[in-house]
Amino acid sequence: MNERNGVNVASRKRSTGGTSVQTPDVKEKEEFPPPKSSRPFVKGAPDGPPCPPEVQKKLLYHMLMTREVDDKIEKKLYRQGKIVGGVYTGRGQEAISVAFTTVLQARDYIIPSHRDMGVYVTRGMSLYKIFAQYLGRKDGPARGKDGNMHMGDLRLGLVSFVSMLADSVPIVAGAGMAFKFRKEPRIALTFNGEGSTSRGDWHEGINLAAVQKANCVYVVNNNSYAYSTPTDSQYACENLADRAIGYGIDGYLIDGNDAEAVWRTAMAVTEKARTGGGPSIVECKTFRMTGHSAHDDPSHYVPSELFPEWEQRDPIARLSTRMVERGVIDEKWIADSLEDIRAQVDKAVELAEACPFPDPSEAATDVYYDPTRPIVNQEGAAD
Amino acid sequence: MAAITYLEAIRQGMFEEMRRDDRVVMMGEDIAKYGGAFKVTAGMYDEFGPGRVIDTPISESAIVGAAIGMSMNGMLPVCEMQFIDFITCAFDQITSYAAKSRYRWGVGVPLVVRGPCGGNVHGGPFHSANPEMYFAHTPGLKVLTPATAYDAKGLIKAAIRDPDPVLFFEHKYLYRRIKEELPAEDYIVPIGKAALRRPGKDITLVTYGAMLYLAYEAAEQLAPDIELEIIDLRSILPFDIDMVMDSVKKTSRCIILHEDTLTGGIGGEIAARLADEAFTYLEAPIKRIASPDAPVPFAPTLEEAFLPKTSDIVKVSRELMAF
Repeated sequence: MNERNGVNVASRKRSTGGTSVQTPDVKEKEEFPPPKSSRPFVKGAPDGPPCPPEVQKKLLYHMLMTREVDDKIEKKLYRQGKIVGGVYTGRGQEAISVAFTTVLQARDYIIPSHRDMGVYVTRGMSLYKIFAQYLGRKDGPARGKDGNMHMGDLRLGLVSFVSMLADSVPIVAGAGMAFKFRKEPRIALTFNGEGSTSRGDWHEGINLAAVQKANCVYVVNNNSYAYSTPTDSQYACENLADRAIGYGIDGYLIDGNDAEAVWRTAMAVTEKARTGGGPSIVECKTFRMTGHSAHDDPSHYVPSELFPEWEQRDPIARLSTRMVERGVIDEKWIADSLEDIRAQVDKAVELAEACPFPDPSEAATDVYYDPTRPIVNQEGAAD
Repeated sequence: MAAITYLEAIRQGMFEEMRRDDRVVMMGEDIAKYGGAFKVTAGMYDEFGPGRVIDTPISESAIVGAAIGMSMNGMLPVCEMQFIDFITCAFDQITSYAAKSRYRWGVGVPLVVRGPCGGNVHGGPFHSANPEMYFAHTPGLKVLTPATAYDAKGLIKAAIRDPDPVLFFEHKYLYRRIKEELPAEDYIVPIGKAALRRPGKDITLVTYGAMLYLAYEAAEQLAPDIELEIIDLRSILPFDIDMVMDSVKKTSRCIILHEDTLTGGIGGEIAARLADEAFTYLEAPIKRIASPDAPVPFAPTLEEAFLPKTSDIVKVSRELMAF
């Protein structure tokens, strides 16, 4: 037993007893309890079995498809003036959304953020619906009532997010709490950019999930800019994963452009959340290879040398090069995959452009429950 | 059967729904073992346990956000705001997510946010608010303001069973001041239907919440010279314009009385509807009696001056009849 601690405890007892017992020769000292554990709070990507070749192929295929869909929206349909509203793509960040979604199970819950096309593509939302959404058509998941990445379908465990992006954080906490209370081996996961981490809901939601040891995973796509705001104007801590210490949960700081490292980390944190180990924060360092949106020119605020620097770390090129070196795939596999993806994308765009806009009579429907209205995006929906 | 208080009626209603449907869960600050700051959830933790009666950190936004996540997963959460004033901390989750979810992607999020509202208890600017109109302006929500023990029980049960997000504002002045004998059998009060509390031929007085009791006092003082017809809205969104319209077409005069502040209060909305649809029936201007456009003050002298009074109703009624 620590001698000094003993003295201090004794002096406290005396001084709080309401009597005038003094211990003038023992100076009261601040004491803190020892840490509960010597947990290494912030970790890199965990060790683990290597990503199997079949999984590598899935990752690469879905990353290629994600970029193709993003490119079709931003570089073609937007420039043709066909897209309704803004366009926010995730070029250079595909590894994060694709790898995390790849490890999820059928009944898990995911709330993507606005640069996570990889979630929809990997989860299997039809490309037709995705393009119909961006074109504001009636067959988009929002049926023209909401736009761009605000897509959800509970049958795929996909929850539609709102523009106040950190709202997803408490919602995922609640879903994870529901799974925990019902003892279901399911998890709820959400993605945020580093900008969202400055919102109060990010703190409230993660703190609640941590207190409840809810079945949750919080992924931060730290792509260095929130619109034009660089990270040094967004937060003063060194890493966002460091905040895990404050919440008493695990934090990981990983290379978000290394699909296999993201996959290994995703395997570890989802397994932990699924088996009652509570939530984790995974900060994925990456870079936004575009402006904030299709209309934004980043050259006004992003130092020009950063783009070629991060181009060297392109997640698709890195994974495909490695896979070719390992003999998992050859160049023909890549060319065939791209041809297959482009055919699917072109077909989906053609169909989506033929889809009508919603009827004006729909402008104020579905505000409240109405048993005569069709069920959409959940069990019982017709499509 | 013994008479029970307004507070006990809410508690009983929630207990019954918890027993009836195991999807119903309670969430809030100090609500579990402690039973809530006003004891509205007392005893629930013992009966239903920590998975259904959940103490949370002081995080109103996360409470409502988590309720949304639970609701999407088939639970029916009832969130307590310790004082309804703190609902402003959850404004974004309520108005941006919960209210718009069904419209945006077809997935409704049934949940209830409830808590003690209203003044006359010297709570000051942060423990006396009547924030109903922030939310009455948000399509997708329902807003309830019961004035009696019967309605409090019937409306909380209706709120829990409703497929859309419902805000339930309990007037804390009424918590332990009114008592009523309630039916033993299961009942609900339909959302969106007002109650005719007192028939009268001269003036329609539309009100809700604790102001109902001022209306009763005024009616007694004015009778038999002036007969007030008192309508208790019970629901602010949607509100029962049909009952108001029918009454005003009969009386030709209308006063709207609310504890909420004047500008942007429901009185303006009702007055606009009457001016639009009952103009030719009116014998006199539509009058509003409400709190002045100020925060709810703390000191007894100030709060008394601030809140609408029975004498205001009497005076305005006489003016209307003399018009």
